Amino acid sequence: MIEDWLGRKEVCICCGSGGVGKTTASAAIALGMAARGKKVAVLTIDPAKRLANSLGLDELGNEERLVEADVEGELWAMMLDPKRTFDDIVEWHAPDERTRDAVLSNRIYQELSNAVAGSQEYMAMEKLYELHQEGRYDLLVLDTPPTRNALDFIDAPKRLADFIDSRSLQFFTAPGIFGLKVLGRGSGLVFSALRRATGIDLLEDLSAFFSSFGSMTDGFRERAGHVNELLADSRTAFVLVTSPRADAIEEARWFHHRLMDAGLPFAGAVANRVRPAPPPGDPAPELGELLEPALTRKVLRTWEEESQLAARDRDNLATLKRRLGRKPIIEVPYIDDDVHDLDGLRRMDQYLFGANDG
Amino acid sequence: MLVTGKGGVGKTTVAAALGLVAARAGKRTVVCEVAEQERLAAMFGTSDIGHSELELAPGLFAVSVDPERAKEEWLGYQLRSSTLAGVLGGNRVFQYLTAAAPGLTELVTIGKVWDLAQLERRTGGSVFDLAIVDAPATGHALAILRAPQTFAAVARAGPIARQAERIDAFLHDSAATGVLVTALPEEMPVNETVDFERGLRDELQMKVDAIVVNALHPARFSAADARALDSLDGRGGPSARAALRAALSEHARARAERAQLRRLRRAVSAPVSTLPRIFEPELGRDELEQLSAELERRL
Repeated sequence: MIEDWLGRKEVCICCGSGGVGKTTASAAIALGMAARGKKVAVLTIDPAKRLANSLGLDELGNEERLVEADVEGELWAMMLDPKRTFDDIVEWHAPDERTRDAVLSNRIYQELSNAVAGSQEYMAMEKLYELHQEGRYDLLVLDTPPTRNALDFIDAPKRLADFIDSRSLQFFTAPGIFGLKVLGRGSGLVFSALRRATGIDLLEDLSAFFSSFGSMTDGFRERAGHVNELLADSRTAFVLVTSPRADAIEEARWFHHRLMDAGLPFAGAVANRVRPAPPPGDPAPELGELLEPALTRKVLRTWEEESQLAARDRDNLATLKRRLGRKPIIEVPYIDDDVHDLDGLRRMDQYLFGANDG
Repeated sequence: MLVTGKGGVGKTTVAAALGLVAARAGKRTVVCEVAEQERLAAMFGTSDIGHSELELAPGLFAVSVDPERAKEEWLGYQLRSSTLAGVLGGNRVFQYLTAAAPGLTELVTIGKVWDLAQLERRTGGSVFDLAIVDAPATGHALAILRAPQTFAAVARAGPIARQAERIDAFLHDSAATGVLVTALPEEMPVNETVDFERGLRDELQMKVDAIVVNALHPARFSAADARALDSLDGRGGPSARAALRAALSEHARARAERAQLRRLRRAVSAPVSTLPRIFEPELGRDELEQLSAELERRL
């Protein structure tokens, strides 16, 4: 069960493909650990409105809020705002106000920090690292962004560091396009090609961006290194959230593979919305006695469909289990209504924190 | 035609079903996967789909857009020299730049799709009447649609700006480009659909042409049925009790789904159609044919 996975952990990262209930699972894990006496903060990306409301996140903000959850410990929640986090980091690293303003108002920076792909993942990691450094919580639970390449965040710190690597930046720190001419024939060819492909304005903006960003490179690099260390630390646990659908299982296998490849501390998987195996026996004769024939037929049809889907869930989970080797899978059964309030989260608790490890 | 929606709602299924409808109507159609998904191959039982078009069914083709390859093609076209494109593409600074230039991946992706739908293709490939994009989650779809505008604004002048403007105009031409959102009759997908329509309108002045709510449970049990089932609570052996529970649970779901569907219809301006839930463990070609027939009737 989750409590064993997270015993002395300080960071729990919930990853998985979109649409498997990752946000809900993250919130339920956080609430459960808070109920067991921990001071927990859950960092979420895009909760359903009702869940956001019940977590007190109806207002956008980049700060944690205390959730009134009536628990032994404390549950805090925050909605990540990648753009704000990015701005905060620039302020943090900028050597002076002029550089800060130059970066914040640069069009390239504005597009970069607003772009959905990449920066959101990195900023989630950044905020996680920052909160962990501050050490105000026993446990941080991170709901990762719902991107297709949801493991991008593993590479994100390194990619960003590479991108602003000073060795490539030196090409751009020369003022304007004319400064680029001094770079020698190879680069000259590159830049004349670039000019043809892009137009000069873009390059000037880039040059301005890189020259003001350049002064912050080392700070960024160092920080990205720390973020990576935290991800691989034994105090961190990766929890894979999946559903028993074939496509989700396929992605979970891929996620697991990536986590292993990257040497990250994988704790186990949570399979959401699993249909329980039907009890043995044919319900038809008894139903026939209890109900009208027409209604019996309808009930039996539903029964057959559910049994088929339950069998499919079994098969898919068995496949996943083989892949995960000795790592545990916790199954959370299908809960009738969507889970989007504290009561719903509490209903998940018995499964997440019960003793039903596979 | 851009098909988008929250993760896990059946975008690829709807895109493929739509492709079958169009192909049957005699349109040469290509379905474009844009995020290394490779789901179509499994559905049609074919080998992996690559960056070049592969015929799945008569008149229906598929392509999986590889951003790196699309970038090279785009460069080759911009520079009109594959040697120069090769020099540039292999250059480390350039790789950083293109990785850095936010939205460039999105631009070349939508550029590739745009090219597929042109009467005279820059890359010299065959011509399609309809390109259906199986777009990633709605947030990302907005980014893809926004990319040409962003580039036109950032580059201001020059070939990038000109081309980005042409693509942007194509996307904004409602006779040329349509946007279809796929959803499930559940809380989060409904919210996301509503938000997406608003985002598309406010940020890009574009509209959603159609919304398809996927996998709607049948309203099999009437309220009277449910009362009859409810009154039996606790009777019968384990399997009969489980069957009754399953029936009541299905009834509750069907009702909750219809409430979500009503909420969606009230909140959006685009027409909403539904597709029935198909009770097959995994969707294959037969189920796709079935769905495409439904889609044809309803759209």
